[in-house]
Amino acid sequence: MRTAVVLLALVAAAAIPGSLLPQRNVASDPSAVASFYAENPGLAPWLDRFQLFDVYASAWFASIYLLLLVSMVGCVLPRSARLWRSVRSAPPAAPRHLGRMDRYVAWTSDVPSDEVVARAEATVRGLGYRVEVAGTEVRGERGYLREVGNLMFHLSLLVLLVGVGAGRLFGFEGRVALVEGASFTNLRSQYDAFTPSVWTDVDGLEPFSFTLDDFDATFESGSVDAGAPRSFLADLTVTREGSDPETVQVRPNDPLDVNETKAFLTGHGYAPKVTVTDGEGNVAYSGPVMFLPLDQTYTSEGVVKVPDAVPTQLGFEGLFLPTGVIDDLGPRSVFPDDLNPLLVLTAFTGDLQMDDGAAQSVFTLDKGGMKQARGADGEPFKRALAVGETMRLPGGEGTLRFDGVARFANFQIAYDPGKEISLVAGVLLLVGLTASLAIRRRHLWVRVGPTGEVEVAARSVTRRPLPAGEVDRLLTALDAPRHTSSPTPTPEKETL
Amino acid sequence: MNDVAWAELSNSLIYSAIAVYALAFLGYCAFAAGRSTTPAPLPEMSVAAGAAGTAPYPEEAIPSGEPTPAGRTQFLGAAAISLTTLAFGLHAASIASRGIAAGRAPWGNMYEFVLVCSLAAAGAFLATVRRRPIQALGVWVSALVLIALGLAVTVLYTPAGALVPVLNSYWLVIHVAAAMIGGGVFTVGFIATTAFLVRTRLDRRGRRTGMLPSTETLGQVAHAAHMFAFPVWTFAVIAGAIWAENSWGRYWGWDPKETWAFITWVLYAAYLHAQATAGWRGVKASWFAIAGYAAFVFNFFGVNMWITGLHSYAGV
Ligand code: HEM
Repeated sequence: MRTAVVLLALVAAAAIPGSLLPQRNVASDPSAVASFYAENPGLAPWLDRFQLFDVYASAWFASIYLLLLVSMVGCVLPRSARLWRSVRSAPPAAPRHLGRMDRYVAWTSDVPSDEVVARAEATVRGLGYRVEVAGTEVRGERGYLREVGNLMFHLSLLVLLVGVGAGRLFGFEGRVALVEGASFTNLRSQYDAFTPSVWTDVDGLEPFSFTLDDFDATFESGSVDAGAPRSFLADLTVTREGSDPETVQVRPNDPLDVNETKAFLTGHGYAPKVTVTDGEGNVAYSGPVMFLPLDQTYTSEGVVKVPDAVPTQLGFEGLFLPTGVIDDLGPRSVFPDDLNPLLVLTAFTGDLQMDDGAAQSVFTLDKGGMKQARGADGEPFKRALAVGETMRLPGGEGTLRFDGVARFANFQIAYDPGKEISLVAGVLLLVGLTASLAIRRRHLWVRVGPTGEVEVAARSVTRRPLPAGEVDRLLTALDAPRHTSSPTPTPEKETL
Repeated sequence: MNDVAWAELSNSLIYSAIAVYALAFLGYCAFAAGRSTTPAPLPEMSVAAGAAGTAPYPEEAIPSGEPTPAGRTQFLGAAAISLTTLAFGLHAASIASRGIAAGRAPWGNMYEFVLVCSLAAAGAFLATVRRRPIQALGVWVSALVLIALGLAVTVLYTPAGALVPVLNSYWLVIHVAAAMIGGGVFTVGFIATTAFLVRTRLDRRGRRTGMLPSTETLGQVAHAAHMFAFPVWTFAVIAGAIWAENSWGRYWGWDPKETWAFITWVLYAAYLHAQATAGWRGVKASWFAIAGYAAFVFNFFGVNMWITGLHSYAGV
């Protein structure tokens, strides 16, 4: 038991750093480790060497909990063997000195001893004890289920390990953002981010596809919590293998479920629709562009890249404001809904450097080969557009029209084949634990001496006190004189 | 009544509850002072395992004909308990009317969590004090409840309103309710454990004190509270995992909130083991319960305020 205490304390301590340092593969912020690296270039590699950005998948964390589980099995299996033997054998004989038990009562009775024994046996049995009579001694034991519960609880931790392991070995998680009207097919290549496990069948993902037909968001417009999100709803058209397309509504806490692969609605943002013409007057891009929300009012930042523009490629950078105001504080959004959409952009010309093969973020411009467009006064060229307005770059290098607003939705798609196992483990754990803590295993003895001396004793095997009243009922049934009861203090008990 | 009226009623009720808890606190202080100055040490119940439930208040055996100091002290204790009960009723009514005002289960933000958790603590104390002579702990329980409610109405107050969509889940209601009840009962366990440690130290130094119940009573109350709260907390963690699965497809993601719930759980498991380990039972084991409670409190305040995660109310 001492080992168990020490190892449990170690597990608790080992879990702490992971909550304070950014972690890889932890959902909250995928770029947290990278930004920590950028801010602490000296420290981060050292932390990384000790797997401190992967605490919960680290070798040292695993070795502590595996050690704990091994010691648990080593502890609990002998205990269950003992339990098995005690269930199969009769309740134990009374110790010689019953006076040392938790409760002890003795008196001299003139009732014949076999009648006392018979009455005691019937009463103790009636109290739900397993009873054994040996001569003039009645032995009772009750509460085996406590041990069964304890066993079930501890072993459920192994089941949990299997469930967690199955998820970690065969499951996957991925993210994809879709603009209204766009479609997704469940193939690895279509994900924005995809985290497979060791043995994920990457080429055998559940076959289905869906289109985001419409995304609807409502926000609190009253004075209390103004702007707080109130509902999100994504209308999807889903095609599963071998069946016709059907419409499905997805909300937070209410995912799309295709054979256990689930798509969760986890966020949303705006995608302003723009049409860009290039220096030669041809349309070089037309469509929505996702902007990344920065705050609660959905002030969003993003870029428009137009690699097809000639004679020079075009890039735009700036903010989208769903309910925009421009005042002394600068351009900002004051409400998350698109009540007064504004697009505030600066422009760049030159080479977007999208051909060299390196992956680029869709939310930033690589300005290495770009030149900022400037007005006649030499200041950076900048425009705030309302829907329908157009900005014309100085020197006739192109135009951008703000056509309207679409929304995009973020989906988290996950498959975890171990979660049912973990759920079963959770239920076993809870039931076992409750039984183990609520049921009191205890012994009860009645012994009749040759001179009519009757002794009644009870002992709790657990740390919980004996249930009130059981012994009293036995005493009443045996016609014990009142006030013979002499409670003795609980002796220190050793459980293991 | 409309929503605004219910919300206002809820606010008036919580202020009344605070006032009555404060009176109860004074009552407990007078009670504790009375006990420590009563010349003859009060008979502590010899709480033998088998005798539990026979005489809940052995002090009542003191003849109460003329107003002896002991009788007066007894009266103060009983009055403080009645006041606590009244405050508990006001407190519960405040939470209920807030639920009506917001049209949802009234535990959706930090303000409401603190209200519910402190209600559970007060309730656990009232339930225990009916069975065990622990009125003397009332000072600490009422003080903690007052601090919690004071923080709630000043720093954490949020007007009654609807929830952000991700919190709009049936499992979340269950998860938070269980976590707050578990937390409330852990609070009583924490107070009893701390008192146990203090009393043990005083006893060792041979100082007599009537201010605290006997180590025996305190040890049993602490253990019983933890035995009750631990499965409730376990259930809360499991319900939380089910909610997480429902809302982002990962039943366990080592989000800081989850991590600290896990740490709390493991520390309390260590406590239960230590209580069953020869040589650790009592004082040494108690420190694990205190560490567990510290982890719980850190999760409640520290994680919400300093560490950001997926739990959406994190911005207080
Ligand atoms: C894997 C981590 C473990 C966890 C989370 C855990 C948790 C618990 C909990 C919560 C209890 C209280 C239930 C009760 O009192 O019946 C308990 C009891 C017990 N545990 Fe563990 N345990 C773990 C490992 C172990 C190990 C390694 C051992 C062996 C030394 C062990 C042996 C026991 C025993 C014998 C009891 C019964 C104590 C009693 O009679 O009061 N456990 N365990």
